[in-house]
Amino acid sequence: MSVAFLPGVLQTLPQNADYVRILPEIVLSVFGMIVMVLEPLLDEKTGQKILGLIALAGALAGLAATWFMAQVPGVAFWNMIRVDGFSVFFHVLVIAIAAVVILSSYEYMAVQRIRAGEYYALILFGTVGVALMSSAVELVLIFIALEISSISSYVLAGFRRHEAASAESSLKYFLLGSFATAFFLYGVALMFGATGSTNIDLIAQALRAGPIPLLAFVAVALMFVGLGFKVAAAPFHIWTPDVYEGAPAPIVGFMSTAPKAAAFAVLLRVVFVINVHAIFWVIWIAAALSMTLGNVSAFVQDNVKRLLAYSSIAHAGYVLVAFAAAPQLGTSAVMFYTAAYAAMNLGAFAVVTHFANAGERYVTLEDYEGLGRSSPLLAATLTIFLLSLIGIPMTGGFFAKFYVFSAAVKANLIWLTIIGVLNSGVGAYYYLRIIVMMYMRESRKEIPVTPTPLALRVALAVCLVATLYLGLFPGRVLQYAQDSAQQLVPQTSPGVTSSAKVHTATETF
Amino acid sequence: MHLFLFLMFGAVCVGGAINLLAQRHPITSALSLIAVMAALAGEYLLLGAEFVAAVQVIVYAGAIMVLFVFVIMLLNAGEEEQTKGSRVAILLGVPGMLTGGLLIGWVVLRHSGTESVPIGALPGHPTDIAQLLFHDFLLPFEVTSVLILIAIMGAVVLASKPEASAGKVG
Repeated sequence: MSVAFLPGVLQTLPQNADYVRILPEIVLSVFGMIVMVLEPLLDEKTGQKILGLIALAGALAGLAATWFMAQVPGVAFWNMIRVDGFSVFFHVLVIAIAAVVILSSYEYMAVQRIRAGEYYALILFGTVGVALMSSAVELVLIFIALEISSISSYVLAGFRRHEAASAESSLKYFLLGSFATAFFLYGVALMFGATGSTNIDLIAQALRAGPIPLLAFVAVALMFVGLGFKVAAAPFHIWTPDVYEGAPAPIVGFMSTAPKAAAFAVLLRVVFVINVHAIFWVIWIAAALSMTLGNVSAFVQDNVKRLLAYSSIAHAGYVLVAFAAAPQLGTSAVMFYTAAYAAMNLGAFAVVTHFANAGERYVTLEDYEGLGRSSPLLAATLTIFLLSLIGIPMTGGFFAKFYVFSAAVKANLIWLTIIGVLNSGVGAYYYLRIIVMMYMRESRKEIPVTPTPLALRVALAVCLVATLYLGLFPGRVLQYAQDSAQQLVPQTSPGVTSSAKVHTATETF
Repeated sequence: MHLFLFLMFGAVCVGGAINLLAQRHPITSALSLIAVMAALAGEYLLLGAEFVAAVQVIVYAGAIMVLFVFVIMLLNAGEEEQTKGSRVAILLGVPGMLTGGLLIGWVVLRHSGTESVPIGALPGHPTDIAQLLFHDFLLPFEVTSVLILIAIMGAVVLASKPEASAGKVG
């Protein structure tokens, strides 16, 4: 029984190139399963180390697979996913985030005695979800990928089984997250009703053909609710501080970067490719609210994890500013910002993870007093990440904010830019507060200083190099982002730019 | 006749959903959810989606609801108590929901191109669904297995005894 007898069937099967286009996802899933199956075969002590190494190898193999994927751009599986510069960028970003998180979890696992197999496997599977989100061009697939990344984060948030706060964090995230996903799904259903398709390109075609129906606007607004929840944008941000406080620290680093980057990628496709620019004011308000609420609330926090949670809300606001700008510049600004934010935020959380020690005991601002003297290197690293989060020149955070605000200014969003710049000024205060605590105060508590293990040093070095590279030589990454933005939102399509101009011109009160 | 059946199933569906929220005891809520699911299956059948209707009965009204009822029985869940928060939720939630529902209803009704389609004109036959599920939407279909794997693993992690997974309390 050879397949030669069935030429018709053979034609309907996926081609080899189709599989290469999802190679990173396949590789990550396979390594996830290996970790899962090996866990019961190894004893707990040695198992943690070996499983961590396998997971790390999986993430690195995923990066290598992304290179193969990048060689065959195009659509696969009958217009389900598209491999272009845009999806390659986000693949590299989220898989690198996973690798760094695995490295910074290494010490944490031993101290907390967490079940390593499920932990690493969930990180790898979660990465499959976020990677798929960035290349999917079909709303049904985006929904399933979104669910994969969400459900793995819900579980990972509850991994500190002895802490009531962790269970609370997991349950809150699960209940509110399911609610938000329902909104996204409702939006997809209405979009199907409005255009008769769930494929983003076909939707864009259908909407460009005539006047945009009101139903499509409602659909995009509902999808924005679902994605706004994932990126922790106000007014859908209520869950963030509680979840971040209770979840394991390395996982917070993961949750606040990888799924966020992927959700922004989906939002870019939905907002700019479908281009219902009537959504403009919704984004404008969400951006202004997120920046202001995030920064003002971060002011009064004493817990560093909660403080960083509010800071991540504020940063979601800065990114949303770019969404209100013109498609091309906005897209590249968003891509650059997510990369820079991932580097500095992951680094900050890696330091917080190490410093919090067993059981995450030392997480208040007071605990950071005198850190500059007791472990100068760690404090210096954290300082660089915090300066980058403020947006000081020479760091990635500076150029990220610069590109976002310059895109906004070019789109005549003067008021939004003013709100944003004022907010960065306010934000500087609470980041500087941590730095002041570390260097200018005497330590009042006896806090054990543990040596930094090799894995953590590598993780910190990667984040540090990425932050400084983006701050000193932003050109190449920005050029890449601009090229892929061009592929994503071709300038030639007349509907895109003209309608953007109409709406941005109205923002002058 | 068609319109009559549509309205009847619709009334059962909406009535069941309201009853589901109004009831205090979890079992009565679960039973009204079964009524909602069954009535929805009737609506699908009227729309000519036989396969979806059958799946709705087997999966939702059957398997999932049996699990629901089992869990409620096993947990021996009692009547829920009304707190101050729930009264606020009703005061804010009911008008909010009504406004949202009416808004979306208005938008859908206003949407042009909502002329009726004869039954059978849209793909609903199992062959069409197989074509969609195993060819056009093959990748989402396969990726769902990762989703299920994560859900199983999550249940194992979160339901296992903490002593088995970790010894030292921080």
